[in-house]
Order: sequence, then C-alpha cells, then structure tokens
Amino acid sequence: MLAELNELLGAAPERPDAGKFTLLRDTRTDGSFLVHHFLSFYLRAGCKVCFVALLQSFSHYNIVAQKLGVNLAAAKEQGQLVFLEGLQSCLDLLFGEEEQPGQPNPLQFVSRSTPELRALFDFVRVSLSAADSWKGPVLLVDDLSVLLSLGAAPVAVLDFIHYCRVYVCCQLKGNVVVLVHSNEDSEDEENELVVNSLCHHSDLILWAEGLATGFCKDVHGQIKIIKRLSLRQAAEQDLVQTYQYKIQDRNVSFFAPGLSAAVL
Amino acid sequence: MGVIKLGQETSLHFILPELPAPLLNDSHGKELGDEAAAVKSEDFQDSMKIAWRYQNLPKMEVSPTTHTKFGHYYDISKKMSPELCQSVKLHSFYLHEELPFEPKMKTWNMNSGYARLLQSIQRIISQEGFDGSDPQQKQRNVLRIGIQSLGSVLWGDDVCCSDTPEDPHSLTKFLYVLRGLLRKSLSACIITMPAHLIQNKAIMERVANLSDMVVGLESFIGSERETNPLYKDYHGLVHVHQIPRLNSLICDVSDTKDLAFRLKRKQFTIERLHLPPDLSDTVSRASKQDLAGSAKLLSSGCGAMAIGKKHLDF
Repeated sequence: MLAELNELLGAAPERPDAGKFTLLRDTRTDGSFLVHHFLSFYLRAGCKVCFVALLQSFSHYNIVAQKLGVNLAAAKEQGQLVFLEGLQSCLDLLFGEEEQPGQPNPLQFVSRSTPELRALFDFVRVSLSAADSWKGPVLLVDDLSVLLSLGAAPVAVLDFIHYCRVYVCCQLKGNVVVLVHSNEDSEDEENELVVNSLCHHSDLILWAEGLATGFCKDVHGQIKIIKRLSLRQAAEQDLVQTYQYKIQDRNVSFFAPGLSAAVL
Repeated sequence: MGVIKLGQETSLHFILPELPAPLLNDSHGKELGDEAAAVKSEDFQDSMKIAWRYQNLPKMEVSPTTHTKFGHYYDISKKMSPELCQSVKLHSFYLHEELPFEPKMKTWNMNSGYARLLQSIQRIISQEGFDGSDPQQKQRNVLRIGIQSLGSVLWGDDVCCSDTPEDPHSLTKFLYVLRGLLRKSLSACIITMPAHLIQNKAIMERVANLSDMVVGLESFIGSERETNPLYKDYHGLVHVHQIPRLNSLICDVSDTKDLAFRLKRKQFTIERLHLPPDLSDTVSRASKQDLAGSAKLLSSGCGAMAIGKKHLDF
C-alpha cells in the first residue's frame, strides 16, 4: 500500500472503514496505481476482498502487489482474496465446455442478447457471504467501464453497483471501491452517465488526472481527493484537496501542487 | 514461428513478395530516440496489442544474429528473400475462404467475421502449443499476429459507415476476447484500424481503453501541412497515445512526445520532430504546432495575423 496516500486520506490498515463507497476515477492518465493501493491496503488490514479484475491478468496484480508488500497468491490460497479474472472467464464462456448448472459464469451476459449483470452480482454475493474470520468484506472492481464495452447497458451497470452497495456497504458493513475512466469532451455518453451517477453516490472520490499542460517527467499527474461530507449531513460541504504525484517503482510520492522535488 | 492474419482483400500471395528485406549489419544503425524503440519494440514475452493506422512492417524470426537493433531496420528498396519467408511457418485467415459458422458460435452474440477470426486464432494457439500446453517443445517462440483494417466493412462491420452502427459492441467484444487470448498465450498482436472512417468516437475511446498500446500515424499528404515549410523534411507525424503499463506501477515513458516519420528511398524512420530555430521577432513559448501554423501564415505574407495567433499584440 502507499503510505503517503494513507496519510492524505487519514486511513490506516489497523482501523479500516466500514460501509464506505469509494470511486476511483481517471482522466487523461492511468489511475490503476490507486487500485493497487486499495488492494494491498485492505489485504493488509485483514479484510476479505472480492476483486473483480476485468482488464488485466492475475500475475500483473501479483507482481505489483509484491512490490507493495502483499502476496496475492498466498491470500488467495488462504481464502482471504477471491479473484475473478474477467479475461479468463470470458474465454471459458466462449471456448470452454458447457456451463455447469451450479456454477454459472459471472460474465455470461457477454453472449446473451439481453445483457444484465445478475450472474456477476451473484458471484460477488456468494464470494463475500461466507462467515469466516476475516474482517469486514471489500468489493474491488477494475474497471467498470469495460462492462459497457462488453454490451451491458448503463442502467444494468448502475443496477449492479446499487445491489453491490446495498449488500456490501449496508448489510455487511463492508466497503466498495470501483474504478472508472472518464474523459473531458468524451463522446461516450453511456460512460459519462455511469460516471456522473456514481459520483453522486460516492462517499469518497479519488480523481487522478493527467496534467493539463501535457506530459511531464517529474509530475505524472494530479489527484483530487473529494470527501463527500454533503452525502451524510445536509448542511455540510464537500472537502476537496488537490495534490500532485509522481509514480516510482515501489511507491507513489504526493506533494502540494508546484512543489515537486524537481522544482524545489 | 510467425503468423500473419489478414483482412479480406489481400492474401499472403500479395503481401509476402512485397515485404522489405531486413538489415542485418550495424552500418545502418542510426540512433533513434528511446520513444521509437518503445513504439517498434515487440520483444515482450507478455502479450501486447498495438493499434496502428497504417500497415506495419511485420517482423520475422530468423536465425540469431548479434545485431542489437534486430527487427528495427529494413531496406525498403529490396525485397525479403523467399528463403527467409519460407523458413517461417505462416497462417493466414481469409474470411471468404473460411468454413461457415460452427453451431456453437451462434450463441456468441458477435459479428460472425470477428467470431470466426477469434476461433481461428484460438485454434492455432492451442494446436501449435503457444498456450504452453506442450511442455516438450524445446524452442519457445512468440506467435505474432497481424490484423488489417479491423472495423472496416470487409469484416462485415458497419462501424465505419454509420454513426449508429447496428451492433456497436461487436468490435469491443472482439478486442476483449482477443486480449484474453493474448494474455493466456505467448503471443503479440498488431492491429490496424481505419480510425479516420469510424464516425462514432465513443467506440474509438473504448477501443483505446481495451488496448495496451495505441499509436497513430498522421500523413501530411492531402493536408495543409504538406506545403508547410517547417515540415518539409517529414512525411507525417507519429502520435503515441498510450503505452503499456504492465506488471509494474511505472511505465516506460520517454522524454519527448513530438515524433515525425520519414519515408526515404531505403528506409522508413521515426525521429524526434525538429523545427529550425525561430529567429524572428515573434519568438515565444508557443507549442511546436502553433509555431508551424504561424510560420505558414508568415510565409504567405500575413505577418499581422501570424503575430495575432501567438496571443501577443505589440
């Protein structure tokens, strides 16, 4: 996990949150370092994690997690991590044997003409429902925008997230972390609809953006941390903090805008 | 082993004799920038996909040489020797020659051309052992796949003809399944897409998100830049939109993003875009493309307008 990010968020693995919906958003850059952070953070915290990884393979996350101090393979073996490799599931769906009745493929909507995400939700529900010794359950999704590319309607995606939120955050007092892509001037209206809707329902938004001035070697981007205090209490205003960051091999350093080490 | 997958209108018989001869000695080792190496490098054992707008020069596996820039330099005034072509196992896919749908394919809910191409790729991967299913195979090779004009009408897709295609998800589903096949085998894939024909920009955004690497070639032919004196040494620009970030937090980002390409008599090269120093009174911190625009106006006699473009009014 990224120690500096924990400080900025006021988070610690000894006391993970409960019932929180965190939205990870990236624009003009790759926000996947945030996914790696939360994955290793919640595993370190002793939570049971269901990771719906739609775009990369298991070994990709495993190699990065080792640099952040967590062993995904061991966590999977011990039952702490339930890993859904979307790419493999899709291959199984299209090239594999006939589906077993007791084990529906979570991505079966890809080959159906009325795509709805019930099977995916059932997978999440079954993964996190087992009563075991781990702390509060966590659902992590990377990344939600892929579901639209696979044929799911925006409403179906929002329904899926809603069900997950009710089940994980409200019933189980766990946490949900979801990554979406967005672009300014994007013509992908379906994606923008999903992103805007999720923003309204999030407790915490981490928004990684590429610099407006273009690529820079020492500052890889800017992150906005938005604490949605207005969601819980009517008169409160959201708290917005902005930092810049630089990604290194095993760490990401954060600093106030304009105060990169290269400049000082 | 190498594999070439083709679009519909060409077959191996037409493309193979046109391949340029690789350069195997050091005398042509011109120093390209790191970004060019990142653009052309396909040496990852992990799977990679690259989307180009033009046809790329494919690489062939030959007997090992000590040339460190192997695969980067070709002499386009000479053709590749037939012996070299024949020493490599090639497969091709020509949509009209393929067998009709297998019954199971019908439930894929995807354009049939794409579905059959996926089935063909999967069959070759498993039959030739690129998925690691044959531990006896002593020489581990990478399967190289090239797909031409994906998304065009020749694949049975109308995404190039209409703003609201009949099945907007077939193309992205195809890319997702292809990504899965590549991740699970020793293979790499290069795809060209006629992006200028695809009117639905939402689809292009999704295609980019599903790719590891996205590179665009912009030719000056037919555009106003062709006559711009600042671009006279080049034939077009190279845009690196996205580079892969695999198995690591960091990615191999280069210092410069301004690249141009040049097609000389013997070589196709990609270089850092160099503009001559601007010695006029209007020098300022404008971007290179603004500079090019102003220079063009200056040369056509509109001095006042050129200054105005720089947002400086003296």
